Amino acid sequence: MSDALPPSLIYLLGALLVPFLRGRYRQVFALAVPVVAFVNYYLITKGVHWRLELLDFELILGRSDAWSLIFLHIFTVLSFIGILFVIRENEPLDLSAGLLYAGSAMGVVMAGDLITLFFFWEMLTMGAVLCLLARKTPASGRAAMRYLLVHVFGGVVLLAGLVLHLAAGGSTAFDRIELEGIGPWLMLFGFGINCAWPLLGAWLTDTYPEASIGGVVFMATFTTKTAVYVLARTFPGEPALIWIGVAMATLPIFYAVIENDLRRVLAYSLVNQVGFMIVGVGLGTPLSLNGTAAHAYCHILYKALLFMSIGAVIYRTGKSKATELGGLCRSMPWTCLFCCIGAASISAFPLFSGFVSKSMIMSSAAAEGQVVVWLALLFASAGVFHHAGIKIPFFAFFSHDSGIRCKEAPLNQLLAMGLASVLCVFVGTFPNAFLYPMLPNVEADYVPYTVGHVTDQLSLLLFSALAFTLLMLAGLYPAEIRSTNLDADWFYRKGGPAFHRLADKSLNALNAATSRFFLGKIVNNITNFFDSGLARLACLLMTPFWKLMGHDAAQIEEERHALFRRAKIGAFPVSLTAFCAVILLGLLTAYYYVAGK
Amino acid sequence: MTPPDSNEPLPWFLKPRNVRRVLFGLFVTCSLFFGLDFLFALTGYDKHPYFQWEEWPGFHAVFGFVACVLLVLVSRYLLRPLVMRDEDYYEKTSSKTGDKTDV
Repeated sequence: MSDALPPSLIYLLGALLVPFLRGRYRQVFALAVPVVAFVNYYLITKGVHWRLELLDFELILGRSDAWSLIFLHIFTVLSFIGILFVIRENEPLDLSAGLLYAGSAMGVVMAGDLITLFFFWEMLTMGAVLCLLARKTPASGRAAMRYLLVHVFGGVVLLAGLVLHLAAGGSTAFDRIELEGIGPWLMLFGFGINCAWPLLGAWLTDTYPEASIGGVVFMATFTTKTAVYVLARTFPGEPALIWIGVAMATLPIFYAVIENDLRRVLAYSLVNQVGFMIVGVGLGTPLSLNGTAAHAYCHILYKALLFMSIGAVIYRTGKSKATELGGLCRSMPWTCLFCCIGAASISAFPLFSGFVSKSMIMSSAAAEGQVVVWLALLFASAGVFHHAGIKIPFFAFFSHDSGIRCKEAPLNQLLAMGLASVLCVFVGTFPNAFLYPMLPNVEADYVPYTVGHVTDQLSLLLFSALAFTLLMLAGLYPAEIRSTNLDADWFYRKGGPAFHRLADKSLNALNAATSRFFLGKIVNNITNFFDSGLARLACLLMTPFWKLMGHDAAQIEEERHALFRRAKIGAFPVSLTAFCAVILLGLLTAYYYVAGK
Repeated sequence: MTPPDSNEPLPWFLKPRNVRRVLFGLFVTCSLFFGLDFLFALTGYDKHPYFQWEEWPGFHAVFGFVACVLLVLVSRYLLRPLVMRDEDYYEKTSSKTGDKTDV
């Protein structure tokens, strides 16, 4: 048994208490939560902890091994950086959302069974939705609704897969799952939606740019990386993942080149980087899985750093579009420096964090003889430097002077970015200090700093920079244009309302027609029939008899009227009832006589 | 935010002379690394490559350059004409604040 507490519990309690505190107490408390969790991290021993019984299932809140601990470590570090970044505004919504989000992500990575996993998986969505709502603009409210709808759909797909998997005799164990039958496939797709796979992942680039400046730091960290973690646990070595990862790594960079909103450019490069991790999962070798874990660790740091630097720009200028920014290195030199460190890290410059992690995945691809995959990843490496490494700092801080003069980012934001920067450089320079020893597969040895690797990588990056420079000088680089670029989110942003209109026009029209026919016609006729139909029938039957009796038209009309009134209220003379009874008895006798023969 | 002061000195990085210096530095470093690769090839230095073509001098340099030029040209001349729409395509925006407003 461990002396530690479940990390998710610490964060969830923190998230619940934050709104009840005021002023400085709230700030100190919110910052203390990740600090306590960090101390708690070192108390967690390897093994299985915190088991609960629910119905017939055993829930495991703490499976701690190398896989879960490396993710837990970076989530804890990042939650401190993220909280520090937003601590100045002291917004309870921002702080609670961040803590809830972090707690859910830790719940997923510590989960030891699929039911616990699903529970925290759904809570992740709530954290993200709160991060979107924290921006408090009408557009962010709509983005939150879109985010919620997409992820509720993903959650339902996952739940359906989980139920089918269990029904088919699968266990609730959160371990490697064979991709056989519909259940595991649905689970794979459920994970893929959170992982921002091609076509399934448009929610990411659609909504991240609408989040609050602190919220997006948490969003960029938790959702996709928990999905990577879950895929690495459940479907390692699944060949389809290699190609999904390649598509993720290569396709978004084309969009990033022509995108105007710098936070959306970062969102595209986030998908590109997660693509590398998914390739690592798909290859499934000890080195490639180590690469996935290491790259997730490094990626979280530099992606948060980049989002924070653009967040600081938004904080001071209210703008995030390349067309509206430029020349901010005058006003925000420190933010500019931190942004450049993040850019160097994502581009995998030697001595920066991306260099020591991305290359593991590429080396594994090469070692497995995956030529096309390797070339695609090399292309993606050059491309990420091009659009994230150069474009982001260049258009925000250099480029043409936008004329904006503002203050440097506030101290807490600088500290948060500074801490992330120091970690990026430290991890990149001394990967053996703590990153490599944390990796899950100890047998996979990797040495990033060889002469060949360093010179090859620098050649690649320098000539990418040269291409950017020459294209800029030649005027061939696409000018920044205020625009919207169509992506797969079109299907739900335009397709959703169109479906609604179609459903409205067709189904509601059908509904109205059915209502007119059944309620207006049939029900009416039936009530009419029971109200006066039998009386009319009786009149109809009697008319020939009256005619036989020699009544004239006026008399018949009189008889008919009298009969109709009597029949309707059921007030027939007793003799008539007796006559009917005799006829009935006669018919019965005839029937039994015939039947008896 | 305050408007720019017309007399404010340009930061080091933005002075035209220094921009030229930075560009010059980039060209020199590029040539240096290109040359270094040939040196490795001539001396037969083992870079422990996985593929044969990684041994070709200047492979990474040429790949990086061509990849980026292709990336930009494809994005600009193929992707942009296909997918670019008006900024208000999904929601009406007011260009003044950049913040989206309700339709």
